[in-house]
Amino acid sequence: MEEWIIDILISLAKTLAFFGVILLWAAYITLGERRFASFFQNRLGPNRAGIFGLLQPLADGIKFMMKEEIIPKNANRAFYLLGPTLFITIALIPWAAIPFGDTVVIAGREVKLQIVDLNVGILFMIAVSSIGVYGIMIGGWASNNKYSLLGAIRSSAQLISYEITMGIALAAVFLLSGSLSTRDIIIAQMQSPWHWNVFVQPLGFIVFFVSILAETNRVPFDLAEAESELIVGYHTEYGAFKFAMYMLSEYINLITASALITLLYFGGWGIPFVDLGRLGLSVNLAGLISVIVFLVKTGFFVFVFIWIRWTLPRFRYDQLMNLGWKILLPLALVNLFGTAVVALLV
Amino acid sequence: MTNKNSDNSAGKNPLPDTYSTRQEVLKNEAEHLENGLMRINLGPSHPATHGILQNVMDLDGETIVKARPVIGYVHRSFEKLGEKYTYNQFLNCTDRMNYVSSPMNNIAWINAVEEMIGINVPSRAQVVRTIINELSRISDHIICNTVLGVDLGAFTGLLYLYHYREMFTNILEKMTGARLTTTFNRVGGLEMDIYDGFAADVKDFLKVFPKILKDFEGLLIHNRIFIDRTKGVGAIDKETALSYGYTGPNLRATGCDYDVRKAYPYLLYDQVDFDIPVGIDGSVYDRFLVRNEEMYQSMKIVSQLIDNIPAGPYRVEDYHYSLPPKKDVYEKMEELIYHFKIVMHGIQVPPGEFYSAAEIANGEMGFYIVSDGGKTPYRVHVRRPCFWYYQSFPELVEGSMLADAVAVMSSLNVIAGELDG
Repeated sequence: MEEWIIDILISLAKTLAFFGVILLWAAYITLGERRFASFFQNRLGPNRAGIFGLLQPLADGIKFMMKEEIIPKNANRAFYLLGPTLFITIALIPWAAIPFGDTVVIAGREVKLQIVDLNVGILFMIAVSSIGVYGIMIGGWASNNKYSLLGAIRSSAQLISYEITMGIALAAVFLLSGSLSTRDIIIAQMQSPWHWNVFVQPLGFIVFFVSILAETNRVPFDLAEAESELIVGYHTEYGAFKFAMYMLSEYINLITASALITLLYFGGWGIPFVDLGRLGLSVNLAGLISVIVFLVKTGFFVFVFIWIRWTLPRFRYDQLMNLGWKILLPLALVNLFGTAVVALLV
Repeated sequence: MTNKNSDNSAGKNPLPDTYSTRQEVLKNEAEHLENGLMRINLGPSHPATHGILQNVMDLDGETIVKARPVIGYVHRSFEKLGEKYTYNQFLNCTDRMNYVSSPMNNIAWINAVEEMIGINVPSRAQVVRTIINELSRISDHIICNTVLGVDLGAFTGLLYLYHYREMFTNILEKMTGARLTTTFNRVGGLEMDIYDGFAADVKDFLKVFPKILKDFEGLLIHNRIFIDRTKGVGAIDKETALSYGYTGPNLRATGCDYDVRKAYPYLLYDQVDFDIPVGIDGSVYDRFLVRNEEMYQSMKIVSQLIDNIPAGPYRVEDYHYSLPPKKDVYEKMEELIYHFKIVMHGIQVPPGEFYSAAEIANGEMGFYIVSDGGKTPYRVHVRRPCFWYYQSFPELVEGSMLADAVAVMSSLNVIAGELDG
């Protein structure tokens, strides 16, 4: 077989596998979230469809597809439909640059477990995810509902403010690793757990964590869909599968956020005190283990997000802005400055 | 249509005129858009309005410029029904006022009627009533405080405490067969005796609940976000609160220690030992804390009474006022006549006017009864505490943000059934 055909096949297979895994995972997080929330709240949660309710996401998906498609009369039809479509597309794109694991060998060639190893990977992801706000704004505006509009306005202000802090917190990480590629950032943390950025950059991590929590639009930052004030905010008028698309993309964003935390601050697929390369395992087995480690770490942070959501109350709009601009931004700047000075001197 | 206010030249009508408010709501929004305001309807069907309330708000961005509460969506004309129902039948209406703690309303009404007639109720009935009254207060405060959490985005507390509120609801179910509309009081005592394990069940609740409440406090009281969201929000000072007719926890949160249970003791409140918690600035946070502490005080009252429920009749044995035992009705002539008299002609309440108040979970629930000696009251007026709080809602929220309005509404504990009567 010709070389380029194999290359294309491998790329295609990776892409399909990635998106399959992500979509499936996002669907199961809906179940996970409901189950964990139930345990926090002293109840059982959905446990009727299949064993432990494992078929619940499937049932939900079918339900969403079978529901009647309703488009409000005064909505701007084109934009109304564009909103969720755009949102889910943009939610999926960052996964092109996120590595799931180390390398494996397929058909005699080394394959990175990553769709594409961009040398500006992180920048690319941040750039793409900031377009995500358009999905919310268009959806909120086009449904011609005051609550949706309020939600969209809140959301855009929130996402834009917190992106700045997030970017500055990340700049300190870039300074240390000397690269913008996701893979290089992970490899820079590989030596020992003490090289994980969470220990090197504790302040930066806190700022980044809070910002990314705000980016995912979840409690305590879920002002865009604050159900007690704005019904459900920007997707109030959305039903059936259009709602499912919004919901699914929020969960995809959640996984993206967890994956980012893992690869930027918790050493990616590195196992503490274990060097996979020196164990004498075959390359493919080591690659598989690295994937599992990465998924477990990411899954843990998904759980942390769920945990936070079902514990904390929600900020008010002005408090959110104060936190972003008056507390987190100065902290991020201090962190960046300190890191720069240390990096220059050491 | 003329505006009802227009001929009232003497001064501003202190109560909001529902009709003209509605007309104003329906006016074209164009002038608002010119001013950069947006008019939104918080309700009648909105997640934050527990029950059916409507708030028409003019927003400047997120800031509330003007708020107008519109009431009457669940008006069931209880006061008019009161003119048709006998004194015992009206219990069914009181059940449906504050449906979160319905036994308290029953007890308040029955207490008013008994005071008017001047019956001496057996102490067994009084003790049971006091216990149920205080447990209902706990169950009401559970809902109010946890729902405040829900309105601020912390959903867990509600379901967490609700699980234990079920213990109380189960006690009611065992006792009366009903969980919500209990109606277990009658003029002169209780409808039937308490069941055997009543004291044990209540003690179980008293044993479990403080621990759970501590957990719940841990979730919110020291939470920085919660404090930021509630401290100083929707604050009202003592004088303003009194001028609006505040009572209950909302008044006590402002620092005024008025409590009907202490000021005009009824049931057994003059024989038990409890404190009245008061707040400082009447903000959402203080209301939360006052309610929280009242739960502990209620538990204190119940634990003083639960060990010595006196034996004896659970209903007054004067058959002018309470039904004679069924067995006697079947076997004895005189009892049969009493039974017939009560069922057909009702209880004889002396003619006159009477006002009696009780401290229900929300404040002072007062019943103003005018009797002409017939089997039904000539007129019943109910002083429903929510109705008085809710007038102050615009003053509390104007100038604050949309999210605060939700918190304030929640912490005032406006219950639509009680508000509209």
